[in-house]
Amino acid sequence: MSAGGIRPPRPFPDAARETLQDTQMRRNLKHATTTIREKRLRAVAELPDWEEIRTRGAALKDVALADLAEHLLMLEASVKRRGGQVHWARDGKEARRIVADLAAAHGAKEIIKVKSISSDEIELNAELEARGIHAVETDLAELIVQLAGDTPSHILVPAIHKNRAEIRELFRRELGADLPTDEPKVLAEAARLYLREKFLTTKVAVSGANFAIAATGTVCIVESEGNGRMCLTLPDVLISVMGIEKVLPEWADIAPFMQLLPRSSTAERMNPYTSFWSGVTPGDGPQEFHLVLLDNGRTDVLADKVGRETLRCIRCSACLNVCPVYERAGGHAYGSVYPGPIGAILTPQLLQLEDDNANSLPWASSLCGACYDACPVKINIPEILIYLRGQITPHKTPNAESIAMKTAAWIFNEPFRFEGALKLARIGQGPLVQHGAIHALPGLLGGWTSSRNLPAFPAKSFRELWREEGQHG
Amino acid sequence: MGNEARLEILTRINRATAAGERPQVERTAVPASVRPHAEIVAQFAEYAAEYRAEVHRVSEAELAALLTKLLAAQNVLVPEGFPAQVLLQLTPRKPQATHADLAAYDAVLTTCAVAIAETGTVVLDHGPGQGRRALTLIPDRHICVVRSEQVVESVPQAVAALQAAVEAGRPLTWISGPSATSDIELSRVEGVHGPRRLEIVLVE
Amino acid sequence: MNIDLFITCLNDALFPQTGLATARLLRRLGHTVHFNEAQTCCGQMHFNTGYQKEALPLIRKFVNDFRDSEVIVAPSGSCVAFVRDLYPRAAEWAGDDGLLQEVTELGKRTYELSEFLVRVLGVEDVGAYYPHRVTYHPTCHAARLLRVGDAPLKLLRKVRGLTLIELPASDQCCGFGGTFSVKNPETSTAMLADKVQNVLGTGAELCTAGDNSCLMHIGGGLSRLQSGAGVVHLAEILASTESMGAGNSETIGAMQVSAEALL
Ligand code: SF4
Repeated sequence: MSAGGIRPPRPFPDAARETLQDTQMRRNLKHATTTIREKRLRAVAELPDWEEIRTRGAALKDVALADLAEHLLMLEASVKRRGGQVHWARDGKEARRIVADLAAAHGAKEIIKVKSISSDEIELNAELEARGIHAVETDLAELIVQLAGDTPSHILVPAIHKNRAEIRELFRRELGADLPTDEPKVLAEAARLYLREKFLTTKVAVSGANFAIAATGTVCIVESEGNGRMCLTLPDVLISVMGIEKVLPEWADIAPFMQLLPRSSTAERMNPYTSFWSGVTPGDGPQEFHLVLLDNGRTDVLADKVGRETLRCIRCSACLNVCPVYERAGGHAYGSVYPGPIGAILTPQLLQLEDDNANSLPWASSLCGACYDACPVKINIPEILIYLRGQITPHKTPNAESIAMKTAAWIFNEPFRFEGALKLARIGQGPLVQHGAIHALPGLLGGWTSSRNLPAFPAKSFRELWREEGQHG
Repeated sequence: MGNEARLEILTRINRATAAGERPQVERTAVPASVRPHAEIVAQFAEYAAEYRAEVHRVSEAELAALLTKLLAAQNVLVPEGFPAQVLLQLTPRKPQATHADLAAYDAVLTTCAVAIAETGTVVLDHGPGQGRRALTLIPDRHICVVRSEQVVESVPQAVAALQAAVEAGRPLTWISGPSATSDIELSRVEGVHGPRRLEIVLVE
Repeated sequence: MNIDLFITCLNDALFPQTGLATARLLRRLGHTVHFNEAQTCCGQMHFNTGYQKEALPLIRKFVNDFRDSEVIVAPSGSCVAFVRDLYPRAAEWAGDDGLLQEVTELGKRTYELSEFLVRVLGVEDVGAYYPHRVTYHPTCHAARLLRVGDAPLKLLRKVRGLTLIELPASDQCCGFGGTFSVKNPETSTAMLADKVQNVLGTGAELCTAGDNSCLMHIGGGLSRLQSGAGVVHLAEILASTESMGAGNSETIGAMQVSAEALL
């Protein structure tokens, strides 16, 4: 299994074939996604102007992205004015080196981390370990995943694939915790005790960022457990790694996002804790602050006028929770720290559509459209999936599919060819038809008939019947 | 190397965004509420309680007595700037402590900057009476005094009200109920790392 | 009204009864129905599978074939959604402003059957008779792209003899998704399994929908399980009348039985 990052180790269909067999994961995921779907609908229904807020959120992101350079420069200046330092990283390698160098410069042997997908994206933990620095994940789910030597399967609930009994076993083994029951409350308490000491003594913390305000240099972390507040407040040094698309121009622009994000992600009116800070606050919190601005393929996404919309994403994970493909195949099938519908469009784009495995992701969708309905910033994921398919296909080497598709297009371009093809098909299917249906097909369509029958071609097509009788009767 | 990366990223962005239209948004003032304020305050109390904050609604006259009762026999931390007249016999402690010292307190008593009805949230801007962030994080019980005139209806109204604090460089902590996790089978557990008890004293 | 049938290539080739039913129904309601034999395929399969270059000529062809139509009606939510929602994108992505203008105009005159009946013609009772227990699956493109809402249910509720049974988790995709079912057959099957289970749970004899593609998928699963339940296109229910002896084996489970009967 890959240790974070965004390069899928194999194509989606291969990975899904395996993950679909994990019945425990499928039960957990079905329960979790069904619960949160219903909750989300209730949370959203409470705000009568939800649609306008979505529209505003989308528009604000578009404005922020259209002049991204200007907003990043403004952010840089504001953070510096408030005593923080700003670093720029072209790719994951550069970003993890910046973070590891900073941690090493403070002589850190251990750092604490707030859940941050961007740090998973750049595979930070591996780099730190290689340099003798242990990164302690402080988010309960991330801790579970880390202790299990596993990878997250959900943006927001990374251990969604594990149930309480599995977690109890893990904590017993890894934390030596004495756990009378597997109640979530008991398990959470064990984590609290284990982490408390880390919070009070560790000198360097690493976080991501949910939003940043250019005008004021304010960075925002949205969380639930309080581990974020601990990491952002108690250490001496704070390093935040942020994708360049997270910037918003002005303070007031944060408003719709604080309405959209909690209701879309955890389906709450508001998450328990949100922290905002601007650079260094004298006498309060870390007195050294570093903001690492990460590109890692984002400028390529920005350059594509259709794909750009992807950068509006606020990582709420609503699209995962409503996705029927995600619900069954699970997050690991996507082979990237970005699973689900957003992963299916973001991962291949971050890799410039040059990674064959990632390029299988845009097809990991039935285009049912549930994700677009749920997305708080109105990313038209189905449309972008189709667009990416169109970008990837022409560069594939010709195969049975492309030949079939090109032939079909040639046939459809002339009605007489279409009619001729139908007649031929009727003859060709002869040996395959049993009781009026086709049960097994060779080649391309074999996947279909592995679980469903296919109707046979009728004796006459519509156009033939129409000529004979339809136009009169 | 640092400057090289900066230059390259900015160049790539400029190239990516050079063409294309410039979308616009209108940034208009947040409209005032039309609902009666008492209703908004009641909604705040209800929603905060739904998120498992313990809510006490008192008049100005009852405040001191309630606080005395709540904090009896407790080792209480009171940040500087907390209004002295309501403290009565409570002795404010000077919060110059280290993190470990803070852990020795049973509770912390603060004011807040603004409260949001739509979400049951209290917001600290860590000004006078609220203290630096660690004070409201380490002790296991947080008692927050909210005055009814501090309650706004919506998130955008709160954001507008916090503009000055943010521009002054102050950090903000938005608190909606005690800390919680739903990481295990999505079942909610209250009280993970922050204060496990949040009490809101709503003064009307 | 002068109605041009957009029959769709799938219906033309595999489900001619659906097309005939659509024509019969619209005529019964007093309209003139045309079928332009020049039409073939709207290009959805090509476009959505990634063959956008190949789809463009088909899109242009569709525009030519239907340029003079007053209204265009299809017994397929998916193909109508493609014309209405994605033709403009196709034109934009190809940078063809002229085409964009044409397809935007065309999209306004193109309707899926149930929305055309309820929203344009304003009828709910089409005088149909269909004495069967039926459950309705709202296909994703009809529900989320076209927003046909409860139009099909309104029509079904007025069908005499028909018992409508609510389908649990009806908003969940059946897993068809065009080439998705071929490229990701295992995931598609996992989705189909839940849909089939929900359909069988209703105890309905037939599952109906406005799209033969999804019905072919659901029906294929039901048929493989020898479940006894079948599928039928909404148009065929609505076209059935008492005088026709509707509900006999000619219309039930159209895609299974009709194929056999005609072979
Ligand atoms: S794409 Fe939309 S729904 Fe999905 S995680 Fe991003 S913001 Fe949320």
